[in-house]
Amino acid sequence: MTDSINATGADGGLGGFFQNLTDSIISQIPFWQDVLLPALWDGLWVTMQLVVMTAPLGFLLGLLIAVSRVYGSAPVKWLAQLYVIFFRGCPLLVLLFILYFGLPSVGIVLGSFMSALVGFILCNSAYNSEYLRGALQSIKRGQLLAARSLGMTKMQGVMYVVVPQALRRALPGVSNEFIYLIKYSSLAYVVAVIELTGAAKIIASKYFMYFEAFAAVGIFYLVIVTIATIGIHRLEMKYAIPGVSGAVGKVSKGH
Amino acid sequence: MFESISAVTNSAGYLLEGVGVTLLLVGLSLLIGFVCGIILTLGQVYGPRFARWFVGIYVWFFRGLPNIVLLFLFYFALFPFMGLDLPAFGVAVVVLGLRSAAYQSQIFRGAIQSLSEGQMLAARSLGMTKWQAIRSIILPQSLRLSLPGWANEYPVLLTDSSVAYVIGVAELLTRTSQVISRTGEPMILYLTCAIVFILLNYGGMMIIQYVEKKVRIPGFGNNEAECL
Repeated sequence: MTDSINATGADGGLGGFFQNLTDSIISQIPFWQDVLLPALWDGLWVTMQLVVMTAPLGFLLGLLIAVSRVYGSAPVKWLAQLYVIFFRGCPLLVLLFILYFGLPSVGIVLGSFMSALVGFILCNSAYNSEYLRGALQSIKRGQLLAARSLGMTKMQGVMYVVVPQALRRALPGVSNEFIYLIKYSSLAYVVAVIELTGAAKIIASKYFMYFEAFAAVGIFYLVIVTIATIGIHRLEMKYAIPGVSGAVGKVSKGH
Repeated sequence: MFESISAVTNSAGYLLEGVGVTLLLVGLSLLIGFVCGIILTLGQVYGPRFARWFVGIYVWFFRGLPNIVLLFLFYFALFPFMGLDLPAFGVAVVVLGLRSAAYQSQIFRGAIQSLSEGQMLAARSLGMTKWQAIRSIILPQSLRLSLPGWANEYPVLLTDSSVAYVIGVAELLTRTSQVISRTGEPMILYLTCAIVFILLNYGGMMIIQYVEKKVRIPGFGNNEAECL
């Protein structure tokens, strides 16, 4: 019985494909337990660090840029726009290369983790600023006028009246960007940060276990992304004001 | 400074070929994504239960995994395991295309579901088969409606195409890195690469916006800008 299955496995075909798959998984349990999973847990920790440090900083910088684009003076607006054009238009991978390989040639050495972090923050803030800008512009102008007429400065009006409302409206976009952040954090691998993908690639090349390593890392990402999606959905439900917070104007989808 | 600039100009031809490879990669992936995306959408909206289930898993899989992991998985593991021996460029086209199909299917689905259900019923009551109704009533309208959302797929694929670097596809970024290892001018060359990508990005967007204006029917779908 087993011989006949092995025979079909040897000459390929779909049945053989799955037979090979199960065979190789069962025979490699020690490899998974002792080598692969510990490495991936370490990698996961680095990925988490990158994501958790990028998300708040990228959000705050994005808010700053969005506010300057909507309420700033002409040169500030122009600068903010240039920032968004550059960091949204430039592929993140190229940006990471500029930070990691380019900057040392002009005397700034960031190191791999820092270049990845800085690159992610720049990219994340540029995308977030687009969602936030859409949200800021969707708040009626009268609100700011009313705030001014109550004696608030423009700054106060923006900070206490417009931004709190806009944040709620930008939540779907910003949280989407968070999911994208989890995924593009894998690019840190190319600047030698040993995060989840990097850990998998190292194990794969060292033990020549490509299928196992990438299948395992794939499962890791699917689990993280699914958990984050569910969590964010809960958050959105919690902060949605019925009838108020709907879709914002046209915003880009990111990666 | 002068030497740095000559590093760019000397390799301009080689890098321009890289632009060609990048654009070909993006174009082919968009095409695969479009065709597979429509098939997935139709399966999800009109198909039997198992088709819906399959599309759900497909979209979850391709949207849940980072690009780089998908490329590694297909290039080093899945294709060799299945006995397929595709070159890196082919793998990149297939992976980016299948991934784009997952995103595009959700754009089309939004557009189809924004059409009123009466359209299908009316077409059926005029004696059309379900397939005829989809082909000549539903798709022409929903594809127009999904154009703004679909237009976003170009910049996304363009920036994602650079990730094909990791499996060694000779596109713009890979070639830039090769020239750098020869000339030792990382800053100016990577900046040039970034600017070329930005120009391709916004240039392509302008063309898409022009097409969008051409295909638009006045009064139809102007308020349906966002389908994702």
